[in-house]
Amino acid sequence: MGKQLSLADLQKKANDLRIDVICMLEAAKSGHTAGSLDLAEIVTALYFNIMKIDPKNPAWTDRDIFILSNGHTVPIQYAAMAEAGYFEKAELQTLRKLGSRLQGHPERVKLPGLENTSGPLGSGLSQASGYAYSLQYLENSKHRFVYVVMGDGELDEGNVWEAAMFAGKYKLTQLIAFIDRNNIQIDGSTETVMPLEDLKSKWESFGWHVIEIDGHNIQSIIDSVNMAKAITNRPCVIIAYTIAGKGVDFMEYDYAWHGKAPNTEQAAKALHELGIMDSIINPEETNI
Amino acid sequence: MNEYQLNPDLFNDNVVMEPIRAGFGKGLKAIGGTNDKVVALCADLTDSTQVGLFRETFPDRFIEIGISEQNLVTVASGLAMAGKIPFAVAYAAFSPGRNWEQIKTTIALNDQPVKIIASHAGISVGPDGATHQMLEDIALMRVIPNMIVIVPGDSIEAEKATQAIAENGKPSYLRLAREKTPIISTENSPFEVGKAYVLREGTDISLMGTGAMTYQLLVAANLLSEKGINAEVVHIPTVKPLDSETIISSAKRTGRVLTAEEAQVAGGFGGAVAELLGNQLPTPIVRVGMQDRFGESGEPMELFDYFNMTGEHIANTAEEFITNKPQYHREM
Repeated sequence: MGKQLSLADLQKKANDLRIDVICMLEAAKSGHTAGSLDLAEIVTALYFNIMKIDPKNPAWTDRDIFILSNGHTVPIQYAAMAEAGYFEKAELQTLRKLGSRLQGHPERVKLPGLENTSGPLGSGLSQASGYAYSLQYLENSKHRFVYVVMGDGELDEGNVWEAAMFAGKYKLTQLIAFIDRNNIQIDGSTETVMPLEDLKSKWESFGWHVIEIDGHNIQSIIDSVNMAKAITNRPCVIIAYTIAGKGVDFMEYDYAWHGKAPNTEQAAKALHELGIMDSIINPEETNI
Repeated sequence: MNEYQLNPDLFNDNVVMEPIRAGFGKGLKAIGGTNDKVVALCADLTDSTQVGLFRETFPDRFIEIGISEQNLVTVASGLAMAGKIPFAVAYAAFSPGRNWEQIKTTIALNDQPVKIIASHAGISVGPDGATHQMLEDIALMRVIPNMIVIVPGDSIEAEKATQAIAENGKPSYLRLAREKTPIISTENSPFEVGKAYVLREGTDISLMGTGAMTYQLLVAANLLSEKGINAEVVHIPTVKPLDSETIISSAKRTGRVLTAEEAQVAGGFGGAVAELLGNQLPTPIVRVGMQDRFGESGEPMELFDYFNMTGEHIANTAEEFITNKPQYHREM
């Protein structure tokens, strides 16, 4: 990658990715808005500061690995990938359309740069653990890291805790997990649907080092990853407290936006909040 | 026609009996020695699934997963993403019994060359009863696009199949059985993924079998020949992709097809053959196997008898079928 982006640049990039997400979902007329928006800072920090990747050579053998476990939030990943140069930004408009490489949920075989295929929840941590196990025990590639992003509602899945036990047992130190702790899932708040707390002690009891951060503070995200890398005898999970729908006032905190795309009017309003003053959704003007 | 050398001692009293799973254990050890990308994972069933042999030989490439079959196949997916060739080993009742969606999404759709090794499949697991007698796995696995499905006929074939799928670069399912069964082939018999083998030529009916049921078909063919019925026996270790050429040409020769499997006939091997014939050469077919019911506790051969799956029962089924159904599409 080129020169290091400043914090202000990164924050602006996160905002740009949110704009892309709104435009993509409006054009697709379906998709998951809340999680895609609230992951903007985490995905920005990973793609534009933390991860060693080469968008022009997605299969670069020395790359870090990004695994999106809650695949429904993939619009934010697609937006980051386009911004990073994996593909042209114009392609973002094809999201969820027939023949698109940008499937509604990510499919590795369709788009170079995607590391896995996900959507059905709860499997990403296991896949990341398998990859991290390989790096640590089978290849001795100590300099590579595996990042996995999970939703919090996803933690209802038993597969997650099977993986948590596995990673704890094998002390997978190159595995760094993020939990997008936005407190919502489809049927309501996570604590109503199926309480997750005390989340920190749950992970600690599985043998993980836990770091809790504000998931919208890019400096905190970067710092937490550096801390995680310094922990060399356990896997690390970063519980990132986020606001569902972050950045768009009328979407924030509202679980109704989990699996809904904005219509044209709502998208225009959202874009206005994100600093796009033109009220008409026009791909050229919104730079998509 | 493929040259297939049957075990010359097959019908002698001293025929060697060996569990099909044993061939897997040997095959995995062999391929582990020549390909260091091969790794094995097991869900707390290391010795009984025969993966213990690999663990002893290559301890650094063996990963104990514990009793967590969803984790078994998804960790395997991750290892494959990292360039390994993972063999994910458990009992069929639990894998794919419990983790079908993970197999579909993280292995088949994700196109990762994970090998799902399912031991103790079928009713021959015996006294453990219906919960542990996996009968639906052939159907479950063959409906997944991009999945190879193999049911070896004996331990020698299982050894060859294990080595063949290790380097095919594809998601693959290998179904194994617990009980000792006769060795039907020899070291020199051919095995190729996607190929079916005519073990015995005939004119009156094609007996098509997968897994250890092929042995029962050979027994049935001998009994039928005593009654003047000339049965062809086709061994079909690869359920997916089916060797449609061999199957269709056999059905053309005989005009009647009987399939046999140690699994539910609905959606299973018999279902696959019926679909093929229905599409390409409608032919009267009777399917031997589990008829939409669960198994139960019992000794393996007792259960085979109880569920009409022994060579004797199959011969009777074939004879009745021949009596009642006309012969179609016969081309001499």
